[in-house]
Amino acid sequence: MAATAFSASKFTQSFSLNSTRSVDRPPLFPASHPLKTTPSSFLGSTRKLSLSSPSSSTSRRRRRRPSRSPAVVAVSEVVKEKKSKSNVSLSNPLITNEEGLELYEDMVLGRSFEDMCAQMYYRGKMFGFVHLYNGQEAVSTGFIKLLKQEDCVVSTYRDHVHALSKGVPARAVMSELFGKTTGCCRGQGGSMHMFSKEHNLLGGFAFIGEGIPVATGAAFTSKYRREVLKEADCDHVTLAFFGDGTCNNGQFFECLNMAALWKLPIVFVVENNLWAIGMSHLRATSDPEIWKKGPAFGMPGVHVDGMDVLKVREVAKEAIGRARRGEGPTLVECETYRFRGHSLADPDELRDPAEKARYASRDPISALKKYMFENNLASEAELKAIDKKIDELVEDAVEFADESPLPARSQLLENVFADPRGFGIGPDGRYRCEDPKFTEGTAQV
Amino acid sequence: MSAILRKIIAPGGIPAWGIRVIASRTYSSSAGGKEMTVRDALNSALDEEMSADPSVLLMGEEVGEYQGAYKVSKGLLDKYGPKRVIDTPITEAGFTGMAVGAAYHGLRPVVEFMTFNFSMQAIDHIINSAAKSNYMSSGQISVPIVFRGPNGAAAGVGAQHSQCYAAWYASCPGLKVLAPYNSEDARGLLKAAIRDPDPVVFLENELLYGESFPISAEALDSSFCLPIGKAKIEREGKDVTIVAFSKMVGYALKAAEILAKEGVSAEVINLRSIRPLDRATINTSVRKTNRLVTVEEGFPQHGVGAEICASIVEESFEYLDAPVERITGADVPMPYAANLERMAVPQVDDIVRAAKRTCYRSVPVAVNA
Repeated sequence: MAATAFSASKFTQSFSLNSTRSVDRPPLFPASHPLKTTPSSFLGSTRKLSLSSPSSSTSRRRRRRPSRSPAVVAVSEVVKEKKSKSNVSLSNPLITNEEGLELYEDMVLGRSFEDMCAQMYYRGKMFGFVHLYNGQEAVSTGFIKLLKQEDCVVSTYRDHVHALSKGVPARAVMSELFGKTTGCCRGQGGSMHMFSKEHNLLGGFAFIGEGIPVATGAAFTSKYRREVLKEADCDHVTLAFFGDGTCNNGQFFECLNMAALWKLPIVFVVENNLWAIGMSHLRATSDPEIWKKGPAFGMPGVHVDGMDVLKVREVAKEAIGRARRGEGPTLVECETYRFRGHSLADPDELRDPAEKARYASRDPISALKKYMFENNLASEAELKAIDKKIDELVEDAVEFADESPLPARSQLLENVFADPRGFGIGPDGRYRCEDPKFTEGTAQV
Repeated sequence: MSAILRKIIAPGGIPAWGIRVIASRTYSSSAGGKEMTVRDALNSALDEEMSADPSVLLMGEEVGEYQGAYKVSKGLLDKYGPKRVIDTPITEAGFTGMAVGAAYHGLRPVVEFMTFNFSMQAIDHIINSAAKSNYMSSGQISVPIVFRGPNGAAAGVGAQHSQCYAAWYASCPGLKVLAPYNSEDARGLLKAAIRDPDPVVFLENELLYGESFPISAEALDSSFCLPIGKAKIEREGKDVTIVAFSKMVGYALKAAEILAKEGVSAEVINLRSIRPLDRATINTSVRKTNRLVTVEEGFPQHGVGAEICASIVEESFEYLDAPVERITGADVPMPYAANLERMAVPQVDDIVRAAKRTCYRSVPVAVNA
């Protein structure tokens, strides 16, 4: 196919890791994409881009199809235009003062919490597999802060910050990590399995790709509730977070297909941090541009700079809005980076220090700080106050977790089944769970 | 005698609750009960549960327009519409995971696997997302889902379509595993499974779908439900206990007939529920008869029979008069040729021979099945 040769050359040009990309990268294939039909309301500002309008009109003439709206444009370009216009006018920043402080606080909470996790791990208070989110806070904050409490989030093993952004109290998360009974899952889940029914955080999955079908199911439920159970105002959206490595997994494609087929209210958020433990994304993937996989299934695929929380937020608004209106799923690829290794047990030797330094200079928290100062959205004092508040919150969470008790022996057998008669009938002919010793942890099973 | 209620149904007769009736074994209905095929029993159970609860939905390959790969879901699409009877693409991992996600969030999906062999593509979701979730989330997220489909060997379908998964699923905590035998089992257990708040693996048998069994008026009632975790004594006896599930119960009953003619009175237990295993019933029976034969279609190593044997040795060792006999499928992938297939699956004479061995009525011979 001619397009492949074209894409190969584009690849070597614009995908080299040694150049600062993303902010400066031109949108790829706007003119030659066969799937573009009627201009969508997705990313309304795409209509302003001169590059995409001629192609959209030609493809409209060429192919009549019911409105499917794949926007195959680098959003970063769009937002950059918006931002440059706003810098000129200085009167139209993307966020208000309150929103800015909220975003800042959430990102600082994520960062401080993860740093504290690392400390606690090296002191032996936390154990097992711990995967930290440092550097990727913009994605979590940018997306989750736009959700309602009833919307669902499904994540992977790198789920502490998703839980915090969704509203799970820091104390509950820290206790869970320490394995105490006051944790959000009473110590039975652990770092990789954060669940919260109250905040609609449906996990925390260790197997990659496992959360994606579960998220698709939650989105399916939302649609089912609206259409079959007749809960007319049920417009809950589900966000599925996963990484670049997962995009090579079969379940990912199966769910892209079903979500687009049945127009489920879901947003697939790819946190492309370029590395799957020690496997570089470029070594593992035939076509590393993940956003392109969306249009192949009939949904928009968008690429966004995941180190910039405002850009992520703009894209998220549009994608979540689309899902809420019933227009179907979106695939959003956030280019981001994790400052630490894959997990706390990962020596992180394979990544180039220059690459790490480059991304560290694009730290999302510093970027937001700078933006807020430049646009007079917050003062130094306000931000310092937030920093202090978060420090205290995290300290308090650690203290709380430290002082919490370990789970009681009887907790071992609890919650295996919702209906505990699943443990069967004991030798005396009655259900095992009716034996009072069962919950004391002294019964023989 | 133990306090466990023993339900004995004389085939063709009226069920006797708590009254012991010596079962007279005839398949031809004599005392005028209705008959129903297992397929119709499953269909009616699904129909009733779906009409009672709008959050119950059925999804799987070919369940809708094709009326079900084995016609179990016949008529359901017309009755409930495509939003509740969903034809999925061929993506076991995807749609099983999706159903689990829907169950997390309050729906009660019934996932049909065309055969349980295909569930291997989705086993990660059955075990990791469904079975373990209630535990990992400490009770916050229960998964009221049912995975059903034909299990075990059919006729001449080859190695990849003939495996029995009872042992695999039954070893996993957090799952309930059911294996019905006749229409009453099918109806009662499926209804119980759908109403259950936990993940249930419901193992049917393709060859039993078309078989007709007598069914009582009570079982036809829409609130009929069998308890999960209780086995049923299909036939009372005093010389040897034969434990089986699914299709092998039929074989065991036939073997019991043959043995009766030779003066050996066999007690046949229909497990109904592989997990939780009704150890109490089995142990009580063995303490009465002192001999045990377990029958299953699956592979011998780490099978259901192995677990039952271990349970008996742990709890009723002194009562055994003979070593436990395990009859299982052959330790080979299922061959295709008809005669080889017959050798790879337990047959009625294997059961008869094993029972006689435990009664020391024949020279001990190495088990060949």
